[in-house]
Parts: sequence; structure tokens; C-alpha cells
Amino acid sequence: MHEPSAQYKKRLLRIKVNGRWREDAVADGCMLVDYLRDTAGLTGVKTGCDGGECGACTVLLDGLPVLACVTLAVRCEGRSVETIEGLAAQGRPSRLQQAFHEKLGAQCGYCTPGMVMASEALLRRNPTPTDDEIRAALAGNLCRCTGYVKIIESVKAVAGLAP
Amino acid sequence: MGPLQKTRADAAARSSDTLIGTRIPKKDAPQKASGRTRYIDDINVPGQLYGKILRSGQVHAKIRSIDVSAARALPGVHAVITAADVPWQRPIGVAKDHLPLKPDRVRSPRDEVAAVAADSEDIAEAALKLIRVDYEPLPPVTDARAALKPDAPLLHGDDLVWTGPDGRAEVVHAASRDNVAMTFKYAQGDIARAEADSAAVVEDVFQLHYVTHCCMGVSGVIAEFDASDNLLLYSNTQVPFLHKREFAEMLGIDPGRVRIIQPPIGGGFGSKLDIYPFEPIAIFLARATGRPVKLIFTREEEFLASPTRQPVLLKLRSGCSADGALTFRAVETLHDNGAYTSWGATTPFVMMQTISSLYRVPSCDYQTLAVYTNNPYSGSFRGYGNLQATFAVEAHMDKLAEAIGMDPLEFRLKNAQDPGETTPQGMNFKSCGFKECLRIAAERSDYQQKRRAYRQQWNDSSILKRGVGMASMLHVGGGAKIYPSDGCGTILKMDDFAHLTLITGASEIGQGSETVLAMLVCEELGLPLSSVSVVNSDTDITPWDVGVHASRTTFIAGNSAIGAARKAKTKILTAAAGKLDMEIAALDLQGGYVIARATGERLLELSRLIRSLHFSDKAELVMTTYYYEPPSQHQDKEFKGDVSAAYAWGTQVVEIEVDTQTGIVRLLKVTAAHDVGRVLNRLGIEGQVEGGVVMGQGYALTENLIVENGVIRNPNFRDYKLVTAPEIPEMDISFIESVDGEGPQGAKGVGEAPAICVAAAVGNAIYNATGVRMYGLPFTPENVYRALHGQAKPVTWDIGA
Repeated sequence: MHEPSAQYKKRLLRIKVNGRWREDAVADGCMLVDYLRDTAGLTGVKTGCDGGECGACTVLLDGLPVLACVTLAVRCEGRSVETIEGLAAQGRPSRLQQAFHEKLGAQCGYCTPGMVMASEALLRRNPTPTDDEIRAALAGNLCRCTGYVKIIESVKAVAGLAP
Repeated sequence: MGPLQKTRADAAARSSDTLIGTRIPKKDAPQKASGRTRYIDDINVPGQLYGKILRSGQVHAKIRSIDVSAARALPGVHAVITAADVPWQRPIGVAKDHLPLKPDRVRSPRDEVAAVAADSEDIAEAALKLIRVDYEPLPPVTDARAALKPDAPLLHGDDLVWTGPDGRAEVVHAASRDNVAMTFKYAQGDIARAEADSAAVVEDVFQLHYVTHCCMGVSGVIAEFDASDNLLLYSNTQVPFLHKREFAEMLGIDPGRVRIIQPPIGGGFGSKLDIYPFEPIAIFLARATGRPVKLIFTREEEFLASPTRQPVLLKLRSGCSADGALTFRAVETLHDNGAYTSWGATTPFVMMQTISSLYRVPSCDYQTLAVYTNNPYSGSFRGYGNLQATFAVEAHMDKLAEAIGMDPLEFRLKNAQDPGETTPQGMNFKSCGFKECLRIAAERSDYQQKRRAYRQQWNDSSILKRGVGMASMLHVGGGAKIYPSDGCGTILKMDDFAHLTLITGASEIGQGSETVLAMLVCEELGLPLSSVSVVNSDTDITPWDVGVHASRTTFIAGNSAIGAARKAKTKILTAAAGKLDMEIAALDLQGGYVIARATGERLLELSRLIRSLHFSDKAELVMTTYYYEPPSQHQDKEFKGDVSAAYAWGTQVVEIEVDTQTGIVRLLKVTAAHDVGRVLNRLGIEGQVEGGVVMGQGYALTENLIVENGVIRNPNFRDYKLVTAPEIPEMDISFIESVDGEGPQGAKGVGEAPAICVAAAVGNAIYNATGVRMYGLPFTPENVYRALHGQAKPVTWDIGA
């Protein structure tokens, strides 16, 4: 007999999401991506694979990029998570997001949130990356539409600028 | 004036003149870059259940029994269905040989045996594990050649009979007693005589492998019946209007009761041109439960149960005269159709165009067999057979040139098509920039000089060897008349604030059609882009369109949008002329105003004019419709006819580096020249070409769906290697503007083109670098290493039939 409660005990998770603290009951086995999408309603975090292969779910955990699909939600207790939705202050796209618009960094757009978050993490630790550094930072993010050229150009367009 | 000022002045001048050829960001990109775009996986409908499919895991087996009792008893499960629960299900696919739920036999591990609808995905998955299926294994056929042997087990050896609710029985798919699913035969000229007249003849067998689309958004559907039994589907389909009809037929309902809403699609590339079993199954579950059912694939499922590009064994024999004129081509191809028939089987339509008409070939013979096996079945994929055909044809262009001691560029130029040519297959090239593509790609890449220089390293001891390779392509660029209509409808509505709503049948799948269509109507009506909204995703609202395929959307939907805009313009100017007491010809529209054509003087604010039309005794709205049907022909029974209203051309030169110790091939640079008719959105078309080149790079170098004895061995991105950002080549892209007379503002389709020649060019470059010719893809390190060290398994024809 299938008894979800026996499989996944829930506990209270206290987590900062895009700058605001929240508390939710979360199963021990719940992945961060499912917590963010299903509980927090942040569907900008995408699922493109079955775990750790495509980068579409990239979010920032205490400022560093992680794959939300292979991160347990309960491991984020007391920590700060930023998603693509958090980059737009009062709904206004950040410079990086605007660059993805202006430079055609998005075609079908499915990989875009992960690309933007991986780029954001890069720019925070290295505000003036070289082409090769940008490529390396995006090596774990798959895109099937753009051939990456305009994604790299989008990141380059804001390199050296304040966020 | 400094250079910066000049650029600004140019840009300003251009923006006031025309949008055409400028760099316009995609309309939907702000949403996408903000994570606000809602794909099917992001949509949840109140009351929805979650659907999951049980797949056979058997390569070929008889179903003895299915026991779903334990699954049905699981709390949270609302329905468990098998073929026995849907006796009225009709077969799907191109040949109607494929029942969504398999009644008594499975022909592939992907085959759908049962399905569950439950309160959550977890419960649905738990229920799948409780279903007991008893199989009796049948002998598998996992090689296309083996399938043709007289004693081969038959995949579809019996008639498929459908019995309606009224008891009437009908054969919906006739038995295939030789495993042949489809054949094609095309001929022109006199092969025997042409061969006798040839100074050089080459013959080779090529083997093209399995790859799959890998759209970043996986497949999914939400199916819901309303209280009046109307069906609403949230679907990723690329062909909503064709599917509306097919779903209705399958369900035995009036097509008017089927509504398809397309949420933004996470990539298509041809994968969503057919109905696949998961869609009817979600509908069956919705009907069984009376609840909306959402069914989304896992990535593994996407690899296992999505169509592939068609794997092909291709024997090509080509000849030319001593002075370098092609004389003939004889081609036989064997297509592994897989267990069921989808669009992959029909790719010879496109392959034969490349074989007969990319270059002038007086005599041609082309024969195809697509045969059933227990392997994955193939569908349509960007290029539609053209990557396979081009791979072989362009290898032979190099080989023939070498055989007669001619420079390969000169050889191609001598045989390349010119504008105005009508080929023996009946294609008429009204615009054709092929020779310019060849010259520009060669010039910009320094092809001739490098090719000669790199050949010198064949026998030296260097480990890293460079090579250049060239390949060209021909593809439809003005639609493809396959269905009764190749058209697209547009409804244009101007509201009383002069805001336009462009309602088009054409679907946006990431390629940027919304933006291009908006540009085209703005160009006609002198409006800024911000004045246009595009509605394109709901079959209850949008007018008919045949679908997103054949690189047709810009050309067909573009012409349709222009047609509607011109009607609106006539209506507006007629009204303005009446009010101003001026001739219509003296007026024009610009910047949201009616202006005097001669002086540019603003005479009337457009929104005021529209309101005065609307809020008057003889109230009138500015709403127009237009349906564009391209002036192309259906091919006759011999596959002859001018199937597209325009044709796209391109040449790509690649430069590579081969590590002879590891077999690793690095793609350093791609120099591409594409005849696109005219550049509409420069930003968008660059994006299409760059993305296409990298998809072609994957086909050439990294992607390989490994199918062993009918089983897919690498259904994940760890083992199925897509190209990543650090591996992309430098790109130099030129657009040749041949300004097609029929194209919207002169443009032709380009969606598929850039992916087509990369693998062929890389094959030629490997030869240029090493002196070793490879006849099979992909050029993975292992395959290249084997080829360089004389250990490659020779590709043989040997179909024994």
C-alpha cells in the first residue's frame, strides 16, 4: 500500500527566497526545484532533465550557482535562495535580463532562466569575464536553439557594468 | 563625422525608413528572460490529475495478460486503462499503423501498454509498478537489412482492423508481408547512357545514425472535456489545425468540438509534427475520469519515446565528364522505419530534391525502401532527410572533383544551379544565389588556398592536422505543397486606439515568427512595433494554417500577414481620403498618422480616424482577413512538380583540427553563406543560423542515440552528448539577398537550412586533413580514431533483397 507520509516525513523549512523569509512544511526527499516550483510558485525555475544534466534549474544558493534538481530542499534550511524571478526588482528586468532580450539570448526560452542565473553568478564573482570564462561558466547549461553565440554576447554586453 | 556618429546616423535613418533588415529583439524575450513564460509544465488546471504511461520494456513480445487490479485499488488512483478499455481507439501516425495503447503485441520497448491517472505523479508512478503484464517474447528484428530477409519475422504481418461502435469493421492498415513500410521511386534521363559517357564514376555506401531532437522542454499535454463534451487540449503541437482534425477522427467526434491551445513551446525542430500515443492516452484518461489530465514526460521518456532523425543506409553512384559536368546519380536508400510509421518514412521527398536538383544532373535514379524493425521509430527533424542526402552528395562532389583533377570549388561552380533554371524534377528556381554562396563562403574562408596547403600534411608526422571542407545545400524556402493547402490565414484587427492585433495561424516555437510577422505588418501600416500584439496559440481564435514545418512560416504566414495589412491600409486610406477630400494615392501611413505621400506632412492622427469610423452612424471597424496560398504545385505521381514557391541555398566551409592520436575532431570555424532572399530581422536570422550550425555540429561530432538490439542505451544528457558552450566554433555568416519576387519583402525560409551542410562539410574536412574518407556518422573520437588507423568497419550495402 502506497503511503507517501511513511516514505517522506515532512519538516518545517525556514528559507529565504528572493530576499523574503518563508516557512513551509517540506518532505525530506523533496528537491529544491520542486519546492520552488510547486510550493513557492516560482515556475521560472525549469526542469529540463531527470537530474543534474542540463542546468535549466540553476538557482543561487547563498550567492553560488547550484542545480535545484539535485539539491534537497531541507539542505537549504536557514539559507538564501535566489531564482530568476528575484533578479527583476519590482518586476523590472535586470540589466542582464535586458541583455538577454536585446541580444537574442533567448529563442524558445526554456533554458534561459538557468542561463541567466549561471551568468549572474559568474558576473558577481567576476564582473569582467573573458569569452572563454563565459563559455566555461555556461558549460553545464544546455541550449538547443541558439548555438550559445548570442547567449555569450548577452553576458558580454553587461560585463563590466554595474548590475 | 566620427565613425560612432556615422553609425548612429545610419541607424536613425534606417529606423525611420524601414524595419526590414534591422536588428529587432524578440517580442516574447522579456517574458522569457524574466522566467515568466508559462510552458506546459508550468500550467496547472484546477482539478487536474496526473497521467503516467506504462511502457513495455520489451523489444518484441506478445501480451498474454495485463492485471491492473492492484493499481486500480491504490488510493489516489482515478483510472487505470489498457487497450481493452478503449476498444474504439483508432491508429495514429502517417500510415495509421500505430495504436496508442497496444492490445496484444508490443513492437518496441517504448510501446504503451497501460496508463494511470492519479492525484499526484508519485501515486501514478506507484500505480504503474503495481501493473502486472505477462509477455511472451517474439523474435526481434533490429536491423533494417535483416528485416528484408525472406524468413524475417513480420512486424505488421496482419491487417489492422478497426471496429466501430456500430460493429462495422474496416481495415485501417493493410498487412505488410515483407516488412516494407514505404517505397519511393524517382527517375529522370537515361542512367545507363549517362554512365557510359562518364569520364569518372564513383560509388560508395554511407551510413547515417540515430539522433533525436532534445528539445529543452519535454513533451507534454493537458486534456480536458467540458460539461458539453468539448475537448480542450493544451498541446505543444507544431500543427494545431491538422491535429484538431485527427484528434476528432480518433475520438469519433466533430472536429469543431476540439480546441487546441498551444502554450509557449520549449523547442520543436520537427518533433511535434505528428500525434504520438501520449496525446490520445491523456485524452482517454480525461474521458475515463471526467477530470483534466496532465501528462508530462521525464527526460528519459523523452529520449525513449520521442521520434528520431531517420537512420539511413545510402548507396550513391555518381559520374561526371572529363571537363567536370555531372552526368548522372543513382541512389538507393534503406531507411530503418522502426516499429511504426511517422514522418521519417517520407523524408525521401526531400532527399530526392537534393539528389536531383542541388546541382544540374541530367540523369537520376532514386529508390527508397523504408522497412519495419523493432527499433525506435523516426519522425521529422530539422532538415527532413536533407542532412543525410547532403552528406552523401557533397562527399561525392569532392571525390569526383579529385577523380578528374579539378578544384572542388570550380567543380561545384560548374554544376551549380542558376536563377531561372527548371530542373528535370520540375523545381523552378525563380531566385537563386547559389553561385554567390559558393564564392563568398570560399573567399571568406580562404578555402582554396587552405585546402591545398592542408593536403601537404597527410604524410608528415604531425599529431594535430587541420583541414577545410565545403558543402552546400538546397531546401524548400517558400513552403512545401504536401497537403491540400499550404496556406495560412491572418485576421488583423485595429482597435479604436490604433493598436493592432495580428491573429495568425502560424505558431511561435522559439524561431521568432511573432516578431517577424509584427515587423511585416508594421512596415505596411507605418506603425511602431509596440503597436502590435500577436495572437497565435488558440485554434478557436486563429485562422487555419498547415503548421510550422518546411521552413515555411516567414514566407507563408508573412505573405498572409502582409495581405491582411494591405487590405487594412486600403480601408484606412479610403476613409481618410473621404474625410480629407484627397486622392487615396496622395496619402500614406507613417508613425501612427495619415500623411501626405509627397511631403510627409501629418494630416490625421490614425487613432482619431479609426474612432471616427467606429463611433459614427455608419459604424465600421478596421478588421481584415487574408488567406495566402503560395503559387506552388503538388508533385505528380512521379514526384515531379514545383513543390515550393521559392528555394533556399547555402554553402558552408568548415575548418577543423583532427587529433590523430585521440580521434578528437575540433570544429574551429564555420564560414556560412546563405541565400535567404532578404534579411528581415537580422538579429533573428543570425540566431537561426548560429543555432542551426551548432545543431549540425552535434549531428556531425557528438550526438549519437545508441540503439543496441532495439534498446536505447543512452537516454540522458550525460551519455547523449549535446554540444556545449565551450565547444562552439567561430562563425562567419554572410547573407546573400537574392530578393525573391514572391517572398514577403523578398525573403525566403531559412529555418532548416543552416543545420544541413555541417556534417557533410566536416566529412570533407577530415579527408582534407588526413587523407581518410569517412562514410558513416558520427565523427566521434572512437569512430575517427578507428578510421585513421584502418580499423573502421567498412560500410556495406548487402541488403540481400
